[in-house]
Amino acid sequence: MIRFENVWKRYPNGREAISNLSLAVERGEMVFLTGHSGAGKSTLLKLIAVIERPTRGTLMVNGQNTATMPRSKIPPFRRDIGIVFQDHKLLMDRPVYDNVGLPLVIAGVQEKEIDKRVRAALDQVGLLGRERIRPIELSTGEQQRVGIARAIVGKPSLLIADEPTGNLDPDLAVEIMNIFKRFNEVGVTVLVATHDVHLIGHYGVRRVVIEDGRVAGGEDAPPPLPSIVAVRGEAS
Amino acid sequence: MKQWLERHAQTMVGSLGRLWQQPFATLLTVLVIGIALALPACLHVLVQNVREASGGWSNALDVSVYMKQSASLGDAKSAAERVRKRRDVAEVTLVPADDALAEFRRNSGFGEALDALKDNPLPHALIVRPAEAFRDPGHVATLTAELKLLPGVDIVQLDTEWVSRFNAILDVVRRVVFLAAGLFALGILVIVGNTIRLDIENRRGEIEVTKLVGGSDAFVRRPFLYNGVWYGLGGGAIAWLTVALVVLVLGDPVRRIAGLYGSGFVLHGLDAVASLVLVGGGALLGWLGSFIVATRELRGIEPK
Repeated sequence: MIRFENVWKRYPNGREAISNLSLAVERGEMVFLTGHSGAGKSTLLKLIAVIERPTRGTLMVNGQNTATMPRSKIPPFRRDIGIVFQDHKLLMDRPVYDNVGLPLVIAGVQEKEIDKRVRAALDQVGLLGRERIRPIELSTGEQQRVGIARAIVGKPSLLIADEPTGNLDPDLAVEIMNIFKRFNEVGVTVLVATHDVHLIGHYGVRRVVIEDGRVAGGEDAPPPLPSIVAVRGEAS
Repeated sequence: MKQWLERHAQTMVGSLGRLWQQPFATLLTVLVIGIALALPACLHVLVQNVREASGGWSNALDVSVYMKQSASLGDAKSAAERVRKRRDVAEVTLVPADDALAEFRRNSGFGEALDALKDNPLPHALIVRPAEAFRDPGHVATLTAELKLLPGVDIVQLDTEWVSRFNAILDVVRRVVFLAAGLFALGILVIVGNTIRLDIENRRGEIEVTKLVGGSDAFVRRPFLYNGVWYGLGGGAIAWLTVALVVLVLGDPVRRIAGLYGSGFVLHGLDAVASLVLVGGGALLGWLGSFIVATRELRGIEPK
């Protein structure tokens, strides 16, 4: 699904965010990216979404080479990726419904179908019935969930999230992570960048540690701790 | 196809709704465009009306034939007889020098001054009206040339020359109208372009988010193109109303003037085609101005 091969990313200001990084994520896999802030996690996700392009090396996502992808191919490519941002990136002056439905409007889905799928997505993040409210009136946690609903409404094959639990209290953070886990269970490839090591320890999920722009270590899916299974049971 | 139309209709209405939310800014833009369109439109109406009013003059194709000072009244009479026999001539009127002087004395107000003259300075003259079938410029030119060859004839003057001069001037004015229209069109492109540029700047965040979730350049551009079309349509409508108002205000005085000259001339506004060109042209200019700017600006806005 995602394959970094000796990828380098140097910003115009000279800062080297990714240095000779190689990493593969298989289809249907769920991966936590951890590491200190500034380690390169955000840049790595931006490279996947073609918000940035690699300076050197090859990055294949969903069978496409992001380094050579023509500009005109980027919008359809992004429509198959759900992206959750730490700062939500919502349209604060538009109702929740418009925010979540935006990817479907872009894709040219019919009004009736949009209605159905927006409700389904909001239901999955526990916000059904809040369609008419504007995000500015919601709490940070709720805004984050609107962002997730928008990321999943288009039924993407890849879901990437940058610090989705960054500003949330622990209970909310668990709830959000559970949402991602559920998506992974129905076959979506999920990549979550987080520095919340304590939280992800509860999930039986592969971890990749990023340090100074390269993969510094990681482990393959440790068995989940019993405590989190109970939490998951509650949430789902 | 139905979906495509639906989406465009949505964007179109959405764009109108957004403009409606800032009535003052929108009104200003529409007014500026309206005025810029109204000026050449008014000039066009003026030229059209003058052409129409002068249309009747072209039929007055009389040719004046002035005899030499040395020619006697008899010479003039025989010349008149010869001309009268031509088949391309409908009517010949002989104006003897004495009659001409009397008329001049009556109408010019130089009576006293004319008394000081020993001789009549005016020649005998013939006024020749070409026959109906020979009133085209080619035949009239032939007639003029042949009249000049008659014995005793000094000057042959085509009375319609001033009409053609007038028409030539009118042609220049028409070109001026075209040039003015071109310049104002350029101005409208700039006005719309700049307004759209500000609109885009105000909605930068929204554009970035839309591109992030897979909106193409064409998708994010669409509402701005509709904005441009609405601006242009609004401006076209304002311009049309302005022209209608001008015609309404000037209609009565113009009819009075025409009445004084014994003419039934009535001031006409824009006809259906011209109205369509005005409003449609406005919309097209709005679209074009917005297209140029939006295409350029939106490429530069990328999510970070």
